[in-house]
Amino acid sequence: MKVLVPIKRVIDYNVKVRVKPDNSDVDLANVKMAINPFCEIAVEEAVRLKEAGTATEVVVVSIGDKKCQEQIRTALALGADRAVHIETEESLDSLNIAKLLQKLVEEEAPQLVILGKQSIDSDNNQTGQMLAALTGMPQGTFASEVKVDGDKVNVTREVDGGLQTVALNLPAIVTTDLRLNEPRYAKLPDIMKAKRKPLDVKSAADFGIDLSPRANVLKVTPPAERSAGVVVESIDELVEKLKNEAKVIS
Amino acid sequence: MTAPMINARDIDFLLYELFDSESLCNRQRYQDHDRTTFNEVINTAKQIADKHFLPIRNKLDNQQPTFDGKKVHLIKELKPALDALQESGIPSATADYEFNGMQLPPIIANVAGAYLTIAGGTALGYSMLTTANANLLQAHGSKELIEKWVKPLREGRYAGTMAMTEPGAGSGLADLTTTAIKSEDDSYKITGNKIFISGGDHDLNENIVHLVLARIKGAPKGTKGISLFVVPKFLVSDDGSIGKQNDVALAGLFHKMGGRAQTSTALSFGEKGGAVGYLVGEENKGLQYMFHMMNEARVMVGSGAAAIAVGGFQYSLDYANNRPQGRLPSCKDPHSPMVNIIEHADIKRMLLAQKAYAEGALALVLLGSQLSDDEKTAETDEAKAHAHTLLDFLTPIIKTWPSEYGPKANDFAIQVLGGHGYINEHPVEMFYRDNRLNPIHEGTTCIQSLDLLARKVPMNNMLGYKAILAEFTKTIAAGNAEPSLAAYANQLAEALTTLNKTTDFLLKAMGTENIDLVLANSVQYLSMFGHIVISWIWLKQAVIASAALKEELHINEQQFYRGKLQAMQYFYRYELPQINHWSLLLTTLDDTTYQMNTDWF
Repeated sequence: MKVLVPIKRVIDYNVKVRVKPDNSDVDLANVKMAINPFCEIAVEEAVRLKEAGTATEVVVVSIGDKKCQEQIRTALALGADRAVHIETEESLDSLNIAKLLQKLVEEEAPQLVILGKQSIDSDNNQTGQMLAALTGMPQGTFASEVKVDGDKVNVTREVDGGLQTVALNLPAIVTTDLRLNEPRYAKLPDIMKAKRKPLDVKSAADFGIDLSPRANVLKVTPPAERSAGVVVESIDELVEKLKNEAKVIS
Repeated sequence: MTAPMINARDIDFLLYELFDSESLCNRQRYQDHDRTTFNEVINTAKQIADKHFLPIRNKLDNQQPTFDGKKVHLIKELKPALDALQESGIPSATADYEFNGMQLPPIIANVAGAYLTIAGGTALGYSMLTTANANLLQAHGSKELIEKWVKPLREGRYAGTMAMTEPGAGSGLADLTTTAIKSEDDSYKITGNKIFISGGDHDLNENIVHLVLARIKGAPKGTKGISLFVVPKFLVSDDGSIGKQNDVALAGLFHKMGGRAQTSTALSFGEKGGAVGYLVGEENKGLQYMFHMMNEARVMVGSGAAAIAVGGFQYSLDYANNRPQGRLPSCKDPHSPMVNIIEHADIKRMLLAQKAYAEGALALVLLGSQLSDDEKTAETDEAKAHAHTLLDFLTPIIKTWPSEYGPKANDFAIQVLGGHGYINEHPVEMFYRDNRLNPIHEGTTCIQSLDLLARKVPMNNMLGYKAILAEFTKTIAAGNAEPSLAAYANQLAEALTTLNKTTDFLLKAMGTENIDLVLANSVQYLSMFGHIVISWIWLKQAVIASAALKEELHINEQQFYRGKLQAMQYFYRYELPQINHWSLLLTTLDDTTYQMNTDWF
């Protein structure tokens, strides 16, 4: 069974995110970048499936500029077998990413595609679902457990009311939630081996897809800073303020 | 968000801007590497630090190892953490491929070690000692010894120690009394007492390999009669199976001020007739072998001291950025919001001092690692010899400066936190206690100063001295080429004049005056040289920062480089001028301490 894992290069979760002064976007210049944590969980799950003998090959793919090969190398060091880099200088929206992945799915014919449920930079939570729609494959999103059983995969989903388990016919799409697994770190010998694993670079332009954006970012603003509190003189004043200023009680 | 252990941007700066570590990949030994593998290794070290060591750091410090009369008890979380470290491949990262290493450049391994040192404190000592032990045996042991002991040490199955110190022989190893008597089968029977043996007993590993310094019966007195032996905790048969316990007994544990993760033991060898030992190399050359590893060990001590200084700096910086307290002197309004303490001038002073000490020390120890690499892997024989000369000369400074100023940085970190720095809910007081060992072990500050002044300076017609001064001069020229740095370059040039004058005076005095008096202020000489070396390192960083600031930069980058320049300025204004005072004491052969009568105390 072949497993395809799309991964995204994002700002490292430890970095304090800043917005560009012109409010056009999040500021990514000179900040530490890493594999999106949900994508890392996806890689880990795929590697575990391989270690368990369920999967035979784990292929990672990343879409972006040349720098995302750093994250591809990390995924290879974590245990993926080979990688595809779809190179583009453009910053693509979810639908375009999903369309490129659709083409790759047609080419690679994986039995399982495991994606992160969302990326920690744009927080869209769309790509997996869009890819499922485009490919016509069944989807199990927000997975906290993935069990392959013959030609089916049972995916336990984290839903508002608790857990829901769905059985999907393979090939299928799974998106990972935080509790699916705890990703490993790369051991030193594996870091060396990763350099020798195959990495296939394709140009996004060659996929014959209109990559013009469907959604434009108009403005990005940081969360409002908490303003200083005030000291009230009496309970009555507090109640009055809660009623009329904060309007949280009536 | 918790405080970062290290500023990752500074690591990038040091590795890829100051030392150009990427160019190492052109060397044959490192041709499989690139910047990505370097960063991945550092990332793995950071993750092990985060996941396995940081969560137990406090517990390791608070729950010291105990001895119930039979065995040592350590907290149960330590073994899984050390096992994870071993499995990651980090302990043998710099070793050759054929010894399961990944031929990682030492400078990268040093950075990886810094993360682990900050998170794991002295827990790393078990692993580092084992590596050092294996390196020594590999360099000087016979084929049989290497086959039998080095392999399991490298695999992490056995642990290693260095058993040098005795109750009556610490800094003065020449007087050690542990004896060895040759048996019929060419092994030896070892008898004697050793103290302060780090990792001397525990059950983290299948076996412990003690490297013991002892005197073979009839050998000459002093350092010329000392031999080195492998003395295992358990005897090992030829097929590698663990046999009966050797005649090595744990007499007790020491309870240390810091470094509490690692046991410090008193060991008795030969209480029941003699512990079996195997000679390493030739008779009477033990100290020589031990000292062969000493440069490496001393760079390692400096590196640990620098890392802990960085850890304390980052922690107190984070605290100062988030702790509101008080108002600036100019603000008289009690209703105005409090400022974060980082706004207060004196907090800035203490943070700047830490930045200057910690980042200066880190740059110095990375230079040490790079030189230790260059002396083996540089492109030409000439470059190898040059690196060897510089490293040999600088070793007392690489060991001592971070060891002396690391604890001073940690002292400031405690002060920044105020009362909160004095309690164990924050790690800064632990950093201080851990770091306080560093001026003591692997040769005290005084011993390093004597090594520098009486040995390293005059050696080979002052070859090392001249080599490092040539490096200073190059950087002064680079500084002079940048108008905003010319004042600092001139200040360093003046410092060199003072250094030359002082050195000339002392070398002459050593030949003509009372040598005990001339050497009485040797520590002042080391302090002076150390401060000049750090000033040089800071000017090198400032040259890069000034050049970078000429380009249009992202605000984060501008701030980073401005910080480098300000720390450099701090060092030149607040620290470097002290050398004039030290020089005065030296060039007047000040005899205040020498003339102090022991009865007058």
